[in-house]
Amino acid sequence: MKIFSSIAIRAPLLAAALLSATGGVAGEAPPADPLRSVQWENMYGLYLAGRPVVFDNRVLVLAPQAAENSLEVPVLVDAGALGRVEKILVIADLNPLPKVLEFYPRESRARIGFRVKLQQSTPIRAAVLTADDKVWHVGGVWVDAAGGGCTAPSVGSGGADWVARLGQVHGRLWDRGAEQSRLRFDVIHPMDTGLASGIPVFHVENIEIRDQDQLLAEIRPFEPVSENPVFTLDLPGRGAVQIRGRDNNGNRFRASVPPPAAAGKAASGAAR
Amino acid sequence: MRWHLRLALALLAMFSAWSAAAADLDYGLQPVKVAADTYVFQGANEDFSFDNGGNIVNTGFIVTEVGVVVIDSGPSRLYGEQMRAAITKVTDLPVIRVFITHMHPDHFLGNQAYDDVPILALAGTIDGIRSQANAFTDNMYRLAGSWMRGTEAVRPDEAIDEGELSFGSRRLQVIAGGGHTPDDLMLLDHATGVLFAGDLVFHDRAPTTPHAELDIWLRSLRRIQALPVEVLVPGHGPVTRDLHPVMQTRGYLDWLEQTLNTAARSGVDMAELLYTPLPGEFDALSVMPAEFHRSVSHLYPQRERRELPRVSN
Ligand SMILES: [Zn+2]
Repeated sequence: MKIFSSIAIRAPLLAAALLSATGGVAGEAPPADPLRSVQWENMYGLYLAGRPVVFDNRVLVLAPQAAENSLEVPVLVDAGALGRVEKILVIADLNPLPKVLEFYPRESRARIGFRVKLQQSTPIRAAVLTADDKVWHVGGVWVDAAGGGCTAPSVGSGGADWVARLGQVHGRLWDRGAEQSRLRFDVIHPMDTGLASGIPVFHVENIEIRDQDQLLAEIRPFEPVSENPVFTLDLPGRGAVQIRGRDNNGNRFRASVPPPAAAGKAASGAAR
Repeated sequence: MRWHLRLALALLAMFSAWSAAAADLDYGLQPVKVAADTYVFQGANEDFSFDNGGNIVNTGFIVTEVGVVVIDSGPSRLYGEQMRAAITKVTDLPVIRVFITHMHPDHFLGNQAYDDVPILALAGTIDGIRSQANAFTDNMYRLAGSWMRGTEAVRPDEAIDEGELSFGSRRLQVIAGGGHTPDDLMLLDHATGVLFAGDLVFHDRAPTTPHAELDIWLRSLRRIQALPVEVLVPGHGPVTRDLHPVMQTRGYLDWLEQTLNTAARSGVDMAELLYTPLPGEFDALSVMPAEFHRSVSHLYPQRERRELPRVSN
């Protein structure tokens, strides 16, 4: 990975970028796109204009160079190196629906893993809004995809039994030491984009993760997130957490994930 | 100086484009004799491309007293036709049977060249080709371009089971393995000890897993180790006189299974898993790390979900 190769030159570059970006309000030209996407100016205008924008190597976007399954392209965004983060916005420039998800880390690390449906080769970008100075820090990679991911109807809604399983949640916590735990969970949901003919848009639109005291993190998925979405988050503490969510049709789901040790025992005996 | 260099590069580019057109899509298939009456067309040890026209696969044939037995027909109609023409330079005997080792497109899309010959395969191979032929063909057109012109998927016309077949005095053993795909046929020639292993065995090239069941595949490989093999013809990669490619394929699949399961059990995200460093011996295989990334996509989702118990009501 080339992530660390730019450490030596980052500071002056970043300062320069900040200077040039402070005037990055609506109507002004966005900074030049290192990924050279024809849609960058549009993305900037639609989602980012109004705040300063800098390209920042500390925003890691991990994804395969080529998508083997364009319905389920794994992506992990990590902006933990940026300090306090208000929100992460993930966009895929060349998707018919570019907005993939919003993530509000709140108390958790600014890192999220998920999967996305891609219609064609596209940049996948994470725009990270820092909490203190309200600057968009943008990172991203190109993913080469054969396509079909967004207009193909989801596999689940083609089957017969998904209605009965809608909103089921499977999940587990892992102890990561230092009062940290990792949460992985999925939600049974077709995540229909509305682009396939005859199938209306139908997707999970909000998920909250709480411990007994507070909201730890919030995810707002949009249409391009894969069917039966799987998420990876890194949370503070080592206790049980509650997951609550709803889709755009008002269906609600909730689940409680036992703390790491108990989850290990539960997993061995659990049948799906 | 710089101008001279540019001019040379431009001329070189022009010349190579011109010579590719002049070659008129010739796979240049040369039969290599690997045992008595037994020949292999060895493909490039790389991924499908516009340059190799999909010729990344090993096909072969055995000349028996009563005619020629062909093993796999290659990635395109053109390949099948050029292969059949190359066979006529070795023998005047007619082709009497074609065996298709498994359902992957680089192994059977040359079937059109053998439309006057019975084409045999295991039942699962025929089913797989029936249900996925269009997707396979589309994909090959995308990857190999004009080499695919005129290619259509032709299903094998006869399902066979494991057992011995005689062609004159030649006894060929059909072995029904699996795990690379639902049904993987191998052909062992008792006269020479040549084993056509299909894609159950890869050599110096990363194994592919789009339809793989790793435990079944590993069982098939253990079975090969008990066979009287003198010459091993892998589906991809150089022919050998020992079982080294079997051990190499086993080693990789064992490592892959263990790596995926350990990651799933310890909560690793799929995108993080892509960045797992490969042990040197596997990193050295061709088409790495791309093939490992594909395998993660094929095989990780079912394994990670096994580790997530239901937590909603
Ligand atoms: Zn194969």
